[in-house]
Amino acid sequence: MDRLLEKKVCLITGAGRGIGRVIADRFARDGAIVYINDIKLEDMDSWAESCSQLYRTKVVPLCFDVTDSVALKAGLMDIYKTEGKIDCIVNNAAIIANQKLGMVTKSLLERMFNVNVFAVIDMLQIASRLMSRNGGGCFVNIASITGIVGSPGQVAYSSTKGAIISMTKSAAKELAPLHIRVNAVAPGIVKTERFDELYADHGETIDSRIEKIALGRLGTPEDIANACSFLASDRASYISGQVLGVDGCATI
Amino acid sequence: MTNLEKYNRIFCDTFQVEENVLNEKFDNTSVEGWDSIKQLCLITSIEETFDIMLDTEDIIGLVSYFAGKDILGKYGVIL
Repeated sequence: MDRLLEKKVCLITGAGRGIGRVIADRFARDGAIVYINDIKLEDMDSWAESCSQLYRTKVVPLCFDVTDSVALKAGLMDIYKTEGKIDCIVNNAAIIANQKLGMVTKSLLERMFNVNVFAVIDMLQIASRLMSRNGGGCFVNIASITGIVGSPGQVAYSSTKGAIISMTKSAAKELAPLHIRVNAVAPGIVKTERFDELYADHGETIDSRIEKIALGRLGTPEDIANACSFLASDRASYISGQVLGVDGCATI
Repeated sequence: MTNLEKYNRIFCDTFQVEENVLNEKFDNTSVEGWDSIKQLCLITSIEETFDIMLDTEDIIGLVSYFAGKDILGKYGVIL
């Protein structure tokens, strides 16, 4: 039986580590040809090679800065010329910084919007033209539950994720005639390395938020990856413009 | 097929017109149905045919048959 994403050509941004790496692993396990992007190569080469062998597919590192339009365009063209198509892009690369409102500097705000928002629009603009050549494709944008409900200390970050959510809805409507689907995944609290650092500093506050998770546990990167894989697959072929909360029922 | 023939074919197919109407008056203000969707189809066809990726400024600037010829020149496509 074919795997869920068998032979689909996918690009995951911010896949050097964390949730992006786990999404790439899920996609490869599901049979996709996966291009993993990050700003630095680090261990991506060796990881890609072992992942390719383990899942009998092709995993290819692709280094570029998503805020560099020229490099982004060249990267997408590389994939297109090599594979003849691009089926799915997961826009995962993002800057996460938690700061109280009075501590947010203009330069940090600009950097966050450049990576978290403007680069995603750039990606949508360029990649949608390549996808349309082959009759369609899909985008999965990583938002955040804070973009929906807000969070103290995350005014800047949640602003960028709120932008992702509205962008997803508008782009879905605009790209639907080209048979391109655009959806977002909005993770709740996810147990990552970053979470462990935050927990060390703000354990009590975080504990009170964990108590509000109806399913009684933290999310895992695998939970997020599973949602992305579903939205990238043909099983979601009639789903577009949606924001899928993956938060253990924390928002209700 | 020459590049000019390919270019003309794109316009004819996109706007469902005959080649003899492609002149200096063929632009987005005078051609019925030249909307944003047609614009994107036009861009996609041009990019695919000539194996290029246009910059956003050029996509916006491609408002007429003649303007498109100038823009293609920037990407080394000689018509």
